[in-house]
Amino acid sequence: MNASNDTLAPVISARNLRKAYKNKLALDNTTFDVAPGRILGLIGPNGAGKTTALKAVLGLIPFEGDLRVLGRDPRSERDELMNDVCFIADVAVLPRWMRVREAIEFVSGVHPRFDRARCERFLHGTQLKPQMRVRELSKGMIVQLHLALVMAIDAKLLVLDEPTLGLDILYRKQFYQRLLEDYFDEQKTIIVTTHQVEEIEHILTDVMFIRDGRIVLDAPMEDVGQRYVEVLVNADRLEAARALKPIDERSLPFGKTVMLFDGVAQSQLAALGETRSPGLADLFVATMKGTYA
Amino acid sequence: MNAISTSAADTRNPMAPPHATHKFGLLLKREFWEHKGGFLWSPIWAGGISLLLTAMAGITGEVMLRRARDAGEGLNVNGSHMSINGLDLGMLTSKMSPEDMRQLGGAVDASLLVSSLWPFIAMTFVVFFYCLGALYDERKDRSVLFWKSLPLSDRETVLSKAVSATIVAPVIASIAALVTMFGFLLLASLLVLGHGGNPVQLLWGPGRPLSLAAQFIAAIPVYALWSLPTVGWLLLCSAWARSKPFLWALMIPVFGGIIVSWFDIMNVFNLQASWFWENVVARMLLGTVPGSWFNVAHFGHIDTDGPRAVSQALNLQSMYSVLLTPQLWIGVLAGAAMIVAAIRLRRWRDEG
Repeated sequence: MNASNDTLAPVISARNLRKAYKNKLALDNTTFDVAPGRILGLIGPNGAGKTTALKAVLGLIPFEGDLRVLGRDPRSERDELMNDVCFIADVAVLPRWMRVREAIEFVSGVHPRFDRARCERFLHGTQLKPQMRVRELSKGMIVQLHLALVMAIDAKLLVLDEPTLGLDILYRKQFYQRLLEDYFDEQKTIIVTTHQVEEIEHILTDVMFIRDGRIVLDAPMEDVGQRYVEVLVNADRLEAARALKPIDERSLPFGKTVMLFDGVAQSQLAALGETRSPGLADLFVATMKGTYA
Repeated sequence: MNAISTSAADTRNPMAPPHATHKFGLLLKREFWEHKGGFLWSPIWAGGISLLLTAMAGITGEVMLRRARDAGEGLNVNGSHMSINGLDLGMLTSKMSPEDMRQLGGAVDASLLVSSLWPFIAMTFVVFFYCLGALYDERKDRSVLFWKSLPLSDRETVLSKAVSATIVAPVIASIAALVTMFGFLLLASLLVLGHGGNPVQLLWGPGRPLSLAAQFIAAIPVYALWSLPTVGWLLLCSAWARSKPFLWALMIPVFGGIIVSWFDIMNVFNLQASWFWENVVARMLLGTVPGSWFNVAHFGHIDTDGPRAVSQALNLQSMYSVLLTPQLWIGVLAGAAMIVAAIRLRRWRDEG
């Protein structure tokens, strides 16, 4: 798949983005590319610039630097761009006065790529009824409605900023499962930010860590598995292990220590103890050490 | 691999093909959905309540007349004391001179106008607060992010709100006012009939309900243009204010007026401070009041006073004379400029 994607123009191409708020740099020479047909997780601590980066991509805010989304500049060509881009900003932004049927009628009438039958199929089997108003719905139901609306749109790029915030685990699982089974294909690109890293790492094809407005990690998930290795080091091998400069270490009970290595050969590490691929969450914690210090 | 993914794209096509859209119509519809209570129900309620009050007043009047009759008291009509059994309107009509009839017509028109006023009063407030909230509420509840996730430009969106305020709301209010007016006429006709009068002779003939109705409709474009500075100003405040748009919208022009009055700034242009209040402050805040253009209209020669003057002043010519005044068109330009500013603000405002 990679081979075919590499030949295609990137969906997003960002060069040296800069955005300063009053006393904080939200984007600091941020540079990245996103290839089509990928599911990218944009992960960072609070205030790292995730939302700012997404807002720049969606043409919601002014910024400095060069940014192309589907070949267009979101600052000057937002109106055309929005035919191919869709986003869910976070839960509960659907207008509270709206009825379910009004929402469907509205999106159907303003979006040329909205497939009404598809939307109704997604809503079938939920508790949503056409007469219901958004304000009468639970958080989870609002997200179901929003997702049904968005998934019925044949967009090239879908941006999800904390889409499952405040939902229980059942809704969260259902959300990502739906997205993967009924929506995603090679023609589409999805960017998702969330704090529940463990829940999305198995659906991601790419991951990007952002910290203080800079991209500190940008890699396909396969590479992450190869580059980073976690080793369960026995107490007697500690010194030898530390010599290889782990990027993180934490002690477990019974004298064992878990160390995280970046770019050290597997063979070398196997001698130190049991090795495994680190979870994205552990990797994230190791990379973001000292963020709030 | 390339070949595979392109052929996959050809076969895997679960989505319907792109279809035509009718964005502006739906944007107007969406405003109506959200503000159905203000746009539709409040003029209807206002008209309905005014009819109810009229009916109650009519019934009270009947009861009092009956009591007066039972008490054997007389009734003063035009200075001549007549002792009648109840009120015989048929007899009254036969004694009226042509001038009396003209005065009666004026009185009928004036009362028709008053009866139809209530839906417009409701609309005045509805439009004012609608504009103030139009671009503010969506930022407050963050639903602006939903609207912005759809292929709708800020221009279309803000214009749909301006059109809702200047055309949709007045059209609905005018219809409600017309229904109220004819309802009033019907009630009055029943009363007249009850007293042996001929409603055609007494009400429908001397009064001009149809001409009034035509003028209500004809006033809509004048209203739309005349209210534009207020609508533009309120939309601008709505798009700009971080909080309390009402206070900003009110305070800026009012304090401007106070400062101008205080320092006699208008003297520089050989104008009174009242000029500023009338042409700037009032135009920014009171433009949603229907008929607030009467100050600049040319009424021509009015040769009478009393109720008949009202009906004489109400004609198409004097209303459309407003369209020839610089006040109207300068206001339109100012309103348009403020709407453009509101569009730009909505485009770039960074919320939450």
